[in-house]
Amino acid sequence: MSAKNKTLRRQLSRREVLKGAAATAGMLAASGAIGGFPTIWAQNIKDVKLVQVGGSYSAIIDIARQASKDLGFQVEMQTGAHDALLNRFVTQPNSVDIADMEYFFLLHLVPRGVLHPIDLKKYKWWDKVVPIFTKGEYPDGRKVSTEGVLPFEVQYVDGPESTKFSKRPTQWANGIPTVYNADTLGIRPDIVKRPIEHWRELLNPEFKGKSAILDVPSIGIMDAAMAIESRGDIKYGDKGNMTKEEIDKTIKILIDAKKSGQFRAFWTTFDESVNLMASGEVVIQSMWSPAVTAVRSRGIPCYYAPLKEGYRAWASCIAPMRHLKGLKLDAAYEYLNWYQSGWQGGFIAKQGYYSSVPETAKKFMTADEWGYWYDGKPAKGDIKDPYGTLMEKAGQVRDGGSFWERMGKVACWNTLMDENRYMVRKWNEFVSA
Amino acid sequence: MTRLHHLLAAPLACLLLVFFGVPLVLVVTVSFFDFDQFDIIPTFVLTNYLELFGSSLTYSLYANTVKYAVIVWTLTLVIGFTVSYFLVFHVRPFLLQLALFLVCTVPFWTSNVIRMISWIPFLGRNGIFNQSLIALGIVDQPLEFLLFSDFAVVIAYVHLFSLFMIVPIFNSMARIDPAVIEAAVDAGAGRFRVIREIVVPLSKTGIAMGSIFVVALVMGDFFVVKIMSGGQSASVVLAMSNEIAVLQYPPAAASAVVLLLVVTAMVVGILRIVDVRRELAG
Repeated sequence: MSAKNKTLRRQLSRREVLKGAAATAGMLAASGAIGGFPTIWAQNIKDVKLVQVGGSYSAIIDIARQASKDLGFQVEMQTGAHDALLNRFVTQPNSVDIADMEYFFLLHLVPRGVLHPIDLKKYKWWDKVVPIFTKGEYPDGRKVSTEGVLPFEVQYVDGPESTKFSKRPTQWANGIPTVYNADTLGIRPDIVKRPIEHWRELLNPEFKGKSAILDVPSIGIMDAAMAIESRGDIKYGDKGNMTKEEIDKTIKILIDAKKSGQFRAFWTTFDESVNLMASGEVVIQSMWSPAVTAVRSRGIPCYYAPLKEGYRAWASCIAPMRHLKGLKLDAAYEYLNWYQSGWQGGFIAKQGYYSSVPETAKKFMTADEWGYWYDGKPAKGDIKDPYGTLMEKAGQVRDGGSFWERMGKVACWNTLMDENRYMVRKWNEFVSA
Repeated sequence: MTRLHHLLAAPLACLLLVFFGVPLVLVVTVSFFDFDQFDIIPTFVLTNYLELFGSSLTYSLYANTVKYAVIVWTLTLVIGFTVSYFLVFHVRPFLLQLALFLVCTVPFWTSNVIRMISWIPFLGRNGIFNQSLIALGIVDQPLEFLLFSDFAVVIAYVHLFSLFMIVPIFNSMARIDPAVIEAAVDAGAGRFRVIREIVVPLSKTGIAMGSIFVVALVMGDFFVVKIMSGGQSASVVLAMSNEIAVLQYPPAAASAVVLLLVVTAMVVGILRIVDVRRELAG
């Protein structure tokens, strides 16, 4: 046998081994265990490392571990606060491979051209993504509120080199939607002792010195606007994109409320909000869903009130950075496809967030978990978080109900206003007043 | 040959140039740049400064920050002076003196974030202090002003920064020749006269150094204000950090330059009153 033939035979046998591996993977995929990964077969794939940088609620180390295991290359998670993330993506884009951020960041990042527009032909779940993101609609065709930054408005660009947003769907996406939720007010029912149905209760003198809002200017002002509009003081054109005059009026009302001692504190981090509520410093405040659960898991009653005016929603997405090339870019696409194949969706669902491809997440949840988190049904057994800690006892129903009952009532989205510069200055006035 | 000893300062000079000089020049440069929603535009404009000086916000922020600085400086000075005086003139033997001095540093063995945050459960509405007051029948209602207030901010500052006052004052007092005090007492001076005419003048260096530390630390802080006031009080730097959070670098840079000038002026003022260099040499 010639040397050439030997090589050929060696290659053949290696290919057969690979085929066998692929068949096994295929079987696993069919059984729903994994999503058929990995699919890139480069020799040096194990040397690839993707660095994902995002908020602590989405750039979770467990997701990186599972991805590294399933994909054969390394995924590393780094976390930071909102402002630090935005600054890093803009000023050091090359230190990040996968940007993990809220949708309104795209307003800063896309025009600067630091992101790689995602070719949706290479992304396999797009037709299964919740239509809020892909079309800006609910499944029944109703339009989703465009107050603030509706993800759909910044979802697409015209082409792979474009830095302009497209008003209608194209083949090029600025990010793949990941976790999102509908936010509302957290309440201590044992102290409040009556039902809370409107955002205006945040400013109700009954809770003087016992209410709180979020100290992130762009989000805090939205919660305030929900309360002010609910009280009937101002009718906003777009709460998520206020005019200077609307900002002035809003801040004036906030300053008056602050001077009368309405607010106990303004919080910045998840833990601060949990501690304010659990210690009884605050009995009504804007809050995140897992924070409410965290209060409850300490044995302190707390609920996430579904309000008449609807929710302030937020959504995160992940996007590869523009500097990725070759194998690393292939790996990034591989990672995006893995991300929505279910494991991540199941993981974050157990923390109270939603996946943008619920049907894959469902495979990684028990029927009872799915029923509780997505369908709004009473839990049959105890509901646990991904680490096995008890979150809810059997019989509990999720506050606000099912997925569409909650996400179907979005009043506005987290935002970046045109008058951002002015707004931040006024917010500083409010804080120092 | 005489020039050679200047080289000894070269490493420090290089460090200062790279880590202080260059960033400072950058900040000053950026403070004159223009910007829009997406870009910093490298031109030369004065808008950042005009807006800064034209806004009443700036003055109220400085008023608030200077108010903290003055209160905290006064309190830490009283504490620093008293503690040092006690340690130096009332504690014998020397070993005990040293041991007690080290005790002052014990709180610094943990991070200052933890030291600050531990006040929150202590001062809270249902915190240990309020519960004790109620249990003792001193008050019926929990005292609300204890936490998330100026009071809480000042408490945390004083706790965090007192040592910066104690150390330099202790150091200067320890160098006072006991013979001078003995002479004063022999000449019939009372305790307060000794303090006024001997201890205070001879501790001036330490007081000046401590004051510089405390004033600079308070003027440059945003974290303590944010956490202890529950986000309800602002400082100059907090406003700056809000601007940076939304990528408004040029106005933040202008604000930083102005703050730098203000703090420098304060330090120069302190040094005008006390010539630290001469006192240290002497």
